Amino acid sequence: MNVFTQIRRNDQPIYLDYQATTPMDPRVLEAMMPYFTYKFGNPHSRSHSYGWEAEEGVEKARGQVAKLIGADEKEVIFTSGATESNNLAIRGVAEFYKDRRNHIVTTVTEHKCVLDTCRHLEQQGFDVTYLPVQKNGLVDLEALRAAVTDKTVVVSIMAVNNEIGVIQPLAEIGKICREKKTFFHTDAAQAAGKIPLDVEAMNIDLMSISGHKIYGPKGIGALYVRRKPRVRLVPLIVGGGQERGFRSGTLPTPLCVGIGEAAEIAMKEMDAESKRLTKLQARMLKGLNDKLTDIHVNGDLEHRIPGNLNIGFAYVEGESLMMGIKGLSVSSGSACTSASLEPSYVLRALGVEEDMAHTSLRIGLGRFTTEQEVDTAVDELVRHVNKLRAMSPLWEMAQEGIDIKSIEWAAH
Amino acid sequence: MAAFAYLDHNATSPLRPAAFDVMVEALRAGGNPSSVHRSGRAARGRVDGARRQVAALVGALPAEIVFASGGTEANNMAIGGSGRKRVLVSSVEHDSVLKAAANVEVIPVDAEGVVNLGALEQMLALSGEPALVSVMFANNETGVLQPIADVVRLARQAGALVHCDAVQAAGKVRVDLHGLGVDYLSLSAHKLGGPTGIGALAIRSGAPFASDRRGGGQESNRRAGTENVAGIAGFGAAADASREGLMVEGLRDRMERSLLAIAPDARVFGAGARRLGNTSCISMPDVRAETQVMALDLAGICVSAGAACSSGKVHRSAVLAAMGVEDAVAETAIRISCGWNTDSDDIERLIAAWRDLYIRVVQSDIRQARAA
Repeated sequence: MNVFTQIRRNDQPIYLDYQATTPMDPRVLEAMMPYFTYKFGNPHSRSHSYGWEAEEGVEKARGQVAKLIGADEKEVIFTSGATESNNLAIRGVAEFYKDRRNHIVTTVTEHKCVLDTCRHLEQQGFDVTYLPVQKNGLVDLEALRAAVTDKTVVVSIMAVNNEIGVIQPLAEIGKICREKKTFFHTDAAQAAGKIPLDVEAMNIDLMSISGHKIYGPKGIGALYVRRKPRVRLVPLIVGGGQERGFRSGTLPTPLCVGIGEAAEIAMKEMDAESKRLTKLQARMLKGLNDKLTDIHVNGDLEHRIPGNLNIGFAYVEGESLMMGIKGLSVSSGSACTSASLEPSYVLRALGVEEDMAHTSLRIGLGRFTTEQEVDTAVDELVRHVNKLRAMSPLWEMAQEGIDIKSIEWAAH
Repeated sequence: MAAFAYLDHNATSPLRPAAFDVMVEALRAGGNPSSVHRSGRAARGRVDGARRQVAALVGALPAEIVFASGGTEANNMAIGGSGRKRVLVSSVEHDSVLKAAANVEVIPVDAEGVVNLGALEQMLALSGEPALVSVMFANNETGVLQPIADVVRLARQAGALVHCDAVQAAGKVRVDLHGLGVDYLSLSAHKLGGPTGIGALAIRSGAPFASDRRGGGQESNRRAGTENVAGIAGFGAAADASREGLMVEGLRDRMERSLLAIAPDARVFGAGARRLGNTSCISMPDVRAETQVMALDLAGICVSAGAACSSGKVHRSAVLAAMGVEDAVAETAIRISCGWNTDSDDIERLIAAWRDLYIRVVQSDIRQARAA
């Protein structure tokens, strides 16, 4: 049975934006409920049973998150979300070790919060190498190896890209970082619970996780901080000294319980869910390819989570297409920047040309996506793409065999 | 009667039913407020509605409210974001203020825990460097209210900005951003019957502010990160339900009179100052706080030996120390704090259990004295 069908009303659009946020799994909500109501204590109150009960909930959740990534529960700290985790990981290590090391390596396709943190550190005097990615969106390991120096404090490379869903070779990156004796941070907001992650096997020293990307609540995330060998951080938020001093503030018990439960469910169902989504992804792609020409998948299809497609529909304006497909909730890129009309910097980094980048949609599939929804989405996309192309002079010219790129447009 | 009498609202207050309802709705609905599609717009609507509710609670404009993960983050944001390097804080501030800047200068308080305005004036005059003054609205351990209007007046004369940690005050007494004239005001949802994991910083329009959190442009570039939509919605509902303030002063006063009648040499800290009506920091002569807290817990009553952040660790209260309370006495103080669902049954249970413990201890002292 698909639990989501009970939640989504018939008049609501089909949700295909699972990289922006995921609906909460009803099982997660159920686990959280008692902590909103009768188990409401402050987990830091050690003087009465309300506090103990809350602490128990938090610690169980910490263990659940740790298990998902092969970590020890002592190595997991809770934060307000992946943005905070990324800020804390990169700034925290950079500032702690700044007397000895002043260089950071990252890639141009990272999430905005990683790139902005790096830019901020550049202003503080750090050197940052922004590695380009290959046409398929993956980092070039030899270029990475060459970029790391004995001054590099941390290499920050995301596990799975939020726009194109490609999976970076984490184990290989981890190996290089360990050899070169630098820390490896990975933003796993889009990866956790979707692909197997093992901080030991992959030599990961810091890992950011988000609650609301894994069918848990918003407002909670986690940061894995390796204890052996120990990674030290300067905290971003100071105060009561909670979370081993790395992150002060009263822990939101229900949210911690939520991310813990979400992690456990994701781990248990990962294999089956991954197979199911792979089928849906293939079904969608086949459906579109059968009925449309001139479409292009951005980013590697092989090394990619099954819950993502990023497709360019040539000769169609992405924003117009989005306005047309009212029955589908999709996006043209990252939610953080979806209000702007700038072409995606991720697609540009793959060498996708600006006009093609403008035609691209991010389609996210997830736990509650059904075969029927995929079929409906395909129909609706095909219908609107054909409609928009019928109105497009560029499409008409292309059909007549004119090479659009050869046209010299009048200046305007 | 409830299984427990919960009298530790200053640590965290149970979620108000109105907040719970809107949260469950928001959690079920999902959606990222930054997404432009329908699901995103619905989430954005919840955030905007709650922003108006929180703004109304503290007399701010909706645009002046920046949601954060809680009071601790809000305090850090205000002090870091003000851009001022010279920071003056009272000696009874929460750790999230005391530790938020390097080399803070500490303004002393008097024996009642009220900030010494003369000292503040002198400190401000000492240096021409533009400062930020951070003084809390109400203390978390004693409930003592600070003369914020006077602090603002002195600070303005010296060209200083003012931050006020109103985490314990908002929803209990009237707090008004513009009425007070402060530049930054910190709020926490779970202290007023909203959820944990959400708070806000009210930033007076025109006050300088630069965020050091990098990422998406959420909260008008003042706090990056996907909004905790359900938390924000719950905060809004709790703020709305708190606009009348707390009406528990009568209960608290009756309790204090009863306890002082049982043990006339018990002390209520800050009793000589204006206090929140819900908080009582009271000593039981010669009985350690830990003993009291455990005995009361066995009797089904939740109180604390101080601030929750540090109540697990056995160390003396920095607040009472700053008020000049001797260690031997400070070690016998517990905090009793009432909230939106406290009733007279809770208070009667507390009085009875406190009396039982006190009599037991006094009798055993007498027996020991006789044996000796």
